[in-house]
Amino acid sequence: MAYIEARGLRKTYGATVAVDGIDLHVEKGRIVGLIGPNGAGKTSALNAIVGLTSFAGDLRVLGRDPWTERATLARDICFITDVAVLPRWIRVSQALDFVAGVHPRFDRVRAEALLATTGIRARSKVRDLSKGMVTQLHLAIVMAIDARLLVLDEPTLGLDLLYRKRFYDTLLADYLERSRTVLVATHQVEEVQHVLTDVLFMDRGRIVLSRSIEDIEARYHEVLVHPDRLATARALNPIAERQGVGRSVLIFEGVDPQQVAALGEVRTPSVADLFVGVMSGRAAQPQGVAQ
Amino acid sequence: MSDVEISAARRLYWSVRRELWENRSIYLAPLAVACIVLVGFFIGLFALPARTRAALALSAPELRETIQQPYVIAAIVLMAVDLLVALFYCADALYGERRDRSVLFWKSLPVSDLTAVLAKATIPLLVLPLVTFLATVATQVIMLVVSSAVLAANGMSSSVLWAHVALVEIARINFGHLVVFHGFWYAPFYAWLLLASAWAPRLPFLWAVLPPLAVGIIERIASGTTHFATLLQQHFFGGPDMSSEAGSPGMTMDMLAPHPIGHLLISPGLWIGLAVSAVFFFGAVRLRRARGAI
Repeated sequence: MAYIEARGLRKTYGATVAVDGIDLHVEKGRIVGLIGPNGAGKTSALNAIVGLTSFAGDLRVLGRDPWTERATLARDICFITDVAVLPRWIRVSQALDFVAGVHPRFDRVRAEALLATTGIRARSKVRDLSKGMVTQLHLAIVMAIDARLLVLDEPTLGLDLLYRKRFYDTLLADYLERSRTVLVATHQVEEVQHVLTDVLFMDRGRIVLSRSIEDIEARYHEVLVHPDRLATARALNPIAERQGVGRSVLIFEGVDPQQVAALGEVRTPSVADLFVGVMSGRAAQPQGVAQ
Repeated sequence: MSDVEISAARRLYWSVRRELWENRSIYLAPLAVACIVLVGFFIGLFALPARTRAALALSAPELRETIQQPYVIAAIVLMAVDLLVALFYCADALYGERRDRSVLFWKSLPVSDLTAVLAKATIPLLVLPLVTFLATVATQVIMLVVSSAVLAANGMSSSVLWAHVALVEIARINFGHLVVFHGFWYAPFYAWLLLASAWAPRLPFLWAVLPPLAVGIIERIASGTTHFATLLQQHFFGGPDMSSEAGSPGMTMDMLAPHPIGHLLISPGLWIGLAVSAVFFFGAVRLRRARGAI
């Protein structure tokens, strides 16, 4: 069974189309990065998946309808939304008490062990913690829940570089330890690309690219082309081109690596470069006819 | 991992505790007002021996009323606090969590909207009346014991106090009044405020007041009648019997009069009110699901 299965998922706010009929298929054990610019519809899609918002189209998460079965699904799904949402009045110990009281899969000992590595004290109130500490607290709670699916929406927004790095390191360690399934939305591609098994690029409410990392490695090639061979290279229809030092960097889709090797050094594009390439290609297209 | 099942009752229990953590005024306000009542009472104690001597000359019913008066006032003051805290609590209950966005955290946990709103509804329906009841009883016991000590210190017998302040009887009536009247009879007001709180984009109190006001004005202008306003007023100020008796609204608690709690329980007003409350309540549950953070 796919953990997330969406067909024609659509979300509109009045006349604004946030999610424009997307198909999604996330299997168990994947770490999927949902990557897109601001306003691409990432948050709307994730909110539908975790049951925070109604939607049109077919959507099953762990075999259930998230809109009508949110509370049941919440036993198996953990999510962190884009801003600090822990109530400011709550004490750290109260937050742990409450989650332990209502969540059958919460391991309090593990949460306390995670918190022990931070400077957060049990008596502290959330309002007295720094922004980074609040995120660490939320993360400690989420990591101590043995959920099947973890959904993160810009989890590191507003955090400094150290916290962001620690966040993804913790996430990856946790994933390797217990083979979770993770869906993480962000527009800070560089930070997540090393932890992902799959990427979904989203733009203007549509999925514009959906591939596993292995797929990307097999399918996309980045070639550092010497100016002399640039015309030849361009004839092969690169999907993106940017200027490097003394070389042009062209990204090709579905070409024979042997063939492009003659043009220059061949490597796998980073997710970030691929994202920029795909998005700038789309930006050139007029709105509305985007596929 | 062993999947321990958690009962709905346990989730409700933790949700109610959560409300008490967040809204400490639920118990602090009655306690604070009880302290204020006691301070006022203690200040007046120096005149107690003289007042008691003077009261002994009165007729039996007057004596009883005079002796009991401070105890009844204490109960009424605490009831007013119960109502005030309940109304403010309900107006903020489902609005505050959207405003501070914590609703996104609560919804990430396996607690249904029904359980969450039910936990909030139990505060004005059960928790506040019980807390107020306990605060009232404690206050009255302290008043009685300290008064007795003062009389004894002045060489007087305190038997007149104990004979006329029927603590158990007062507590029984007070309990019925708080639970039935302040809990169930007022349920439509609480449920309406919860609904407004779940709906309001901001200023939930205003959203709660404006629609009934609009209905009243439209009725007044359209037909020249004030049935709706009268209905609300009657329900707020007492039951069908309570308002008619001696013209006293339900807020007063005349310990001498046969208490109309029994009448209240069988009055259609209570049950229609509860049915209306249920509609508002389920509306609030649905709105909590549909409306996200502000």
